[in-house]
Amino acid sequence: MAKTLGPVRRSFQPWNDPSEPAYIELRDVTKRFGDFTAVDRQSLVIYEREFFALLGPSGCGKTTLLRMLAGFEEPSEGEMLLQGRPLTGVPPHKRPVNMMFQSYALFPHMSVADNIAFGLKQEGMAKADIAQRVAQMLRLVKLEPFAGRKPAQLSGGQQQRVALARALAKRPKVLLLDEPLGALDKKLREETQFELADLQESLGLTFVIVTHDQEEAMTMADRIAVMDHGRIIQVATPAEIYEAPATRYIADFVGDVNIFEGQAERLEEGKLRIATTAGFAVETVVNGPSLPANGDTVWFAVRPEKMVISHDRPAGASSGPAPNMVEGEVWDIGYLGDVSIYNVKLACGDIVRATRLNAAREVERPITWDDRVWLSWRPDSGVLLAG
Amino acid sequence: MQGLRSFLARQVVTAVPYLWLLVFFLAPFLIVLKISLSETAIAMPPYTPVFEGLKDLLEKAKQLSFDNYLWLTEDALYIKAYLSSLRIALVSTLITLIVGYPLAYAMARAPDGLRPVLLMAVILPFWTSFLIRVYAWIGILKPEGLLNQALIGLGLISEPLQIINTDWAVYIGIVYSYLPFMVLPLYASLERLDLRLIEAAMDLGATPLKAFWRITVPLSVPGIVAGSLLVFIPAVGEFVIPDLLGGSDTLMIGRTLWVEFFYNRDWPVASAVAILLLILLVVPIVIFQKMQEKAAR
Repeated sequence: MAKTLGPVRRSFQPWNDPSEPAYIELRDVTKRFGDFTAVDRQSLVIYEREFFALLGPSGCGKTTLLRMLAGFEEPSEGEMLLQGRPLTGVPPHKRPVNMMFQSYALFPHMSVADNIAFGLKQEGMAKADIAQRVAQMLRLVKLEPFAGRKPAQLSGGQQQRVALARALAKRPKVLLLDEPLGALDKKLREETQFELADLQESLGLTFVIVTHDQEEAMTMADRIAVMDHGRIIQVATPAEIYEAPATRYIADFVGDVNIFEGQAERLEEGKLRIATTAGFAVETVVNGPSLPANGDTVWFAVRPEKMVISHDRPAGASSGPAPNMVEGEVWDIGYLGDVSIYNVKLACGDIVRATRLNAAREVERPITWDDRVWLSWRPDSGVLLAG
Repeated sequence: MQGLRSFLARQVVTAVPYLWLLVFFLAPFLIVLKISLSETAIAMPPYTPVFEGLKDLLEKAKQLSFDNYLWLTEDALYIKAYLSSLRIALVSTLITLIVGYPLAYAMARAPDGLRPVLLMAVILPFWTSFLIRVYAWIGILKPEGLLNQALIGLGLISEPLQIINTDWAVYIGIVYSYLPFMVLPLYASLERLDLRLIEAAMDLGATPLKAFWRITVPLSVPGIVAGSLLVFIPAVGEFVIPDLLGGSDTLMIGRTLWVEFFYNRDWPVASAVAILLLILLVVPIVIFQKMQEKAAR
């Protein structure tokens, strides 16, 4: 997966640089709880200053992986290294790694300042230095007026900041974040996502975040590892994960997608024709070595926003069956303000989803329920999925 | 009308517990207080009533006698009994805490399925009469008892230890009898403790021991206080355990009370002893509660 699709947020791409040393490295790490395998022989490299997200549904092993990095769990097999030094067997209190806990785990009997100072006191730092660092952290998270308050006297957003300040106070080499924004409401969550990403960049720390929220992972992370059933399925930038998902599972888990099953047929160089079970044909360009053979069952995925919906038959072939288009009936409309979602029922009964940006305030001939519409897409708008 | 009725209904509902407290706590207390302020008489009942009606209340108020309370301060026996009771109760509470904390901790950390069983095991002794259990300790602690036989059998001692009829037997008795009262509130507060707080402390560099002292112990203070009060208060006034297990020189206020009531038939002095004991216990508890409220705010 060396190709890069779409613009990357920054020029920061250590994973494309073969000379860049690994910062965190997992080698064939397995974690079993009794009969249950939470993480199954997984290897992973995370680079310095990277914002790395572990994304997956609950029970996929992402939290176990994070807890192994923190030292709360030891791998059953395999090795974990930080800057080339083994982490395995080092107890949590001796790791240069700090964690921001899900729902924060703030010490309820201590003030905000004491919570932040806790880690520094364990280090045996001088009192004056502790006071200075605590003041600095409070400034960083904009909580100076609340230093003397107890966690119970703070709002959810403020508690989240205290947790962040406490985890950052020791200036860890790696900050682990377990669903850091899960307890916040939507608006605050969106604001905090950008703040967190900015903070990570300005502090120059390595962040590893665990989340089940793909939007959170896409907004903040440099790279995302999508996990399922104890395995890492794909590690890539948010754009690659979205535009070039490795499997049907990822295409479906990250964002909305229409997936069509069909039989492959090779055309001329790099071109592939798929006769879908839904009765229409897809023609697409495939680059890379994994060109399927004639007659192979393949899946073709198109994101709803890449579907063009129109009343009129798209130009091109005026009659007869043409590839990359299909006719249907509007089954359902979801108006979200910025975009509208159209669920279109095909002749075979399948529902295909298309979204359209509501760019104009008024439309002359709006698409409405039960309309006969055409859905079409460009040959390079979709992705061929093998499994 | 509806509002008035529901108001009255609410008043009645809240009145029930107050009425209970009034009849079974305040009234007996006032009777004891009255007796403590009267003079000893050799009669049946063995005291002179101070006032029999409200009409000569003022008249009689002048006759109220604080002699009994003065008497308590004059005779060193009572002060010694108080101090000795407090000491024995304090030491026993401390031992109960030291024994009970690890027990409660282990219970709170036990697998989910095992916890109800352990909880049952703690409560189980209550199913046998308290008196029988204390008597059983005589059999264990006496010179030819089980404990001494076992120790001699193991070759650890050659002469039987004199445990029964000493303060040690009283400590053992109190710790044994009151342990559940310590373990249960401790268990309740430890079981509620969020384990992620311990993880957070260790993540921030605290050793497991430090995490225990800085996080677990402070957060279990409500359990420690509740358990200690539940042990300390009855232990101060304990009568059966020192009477059965303690020696003739084990001085405790409960025993003194008993002697005053049944041997000396001096009800007023006995009542004064009881009232003073109550004040001695209530005042520090009230002060402590006020401090707790302040700390919570």
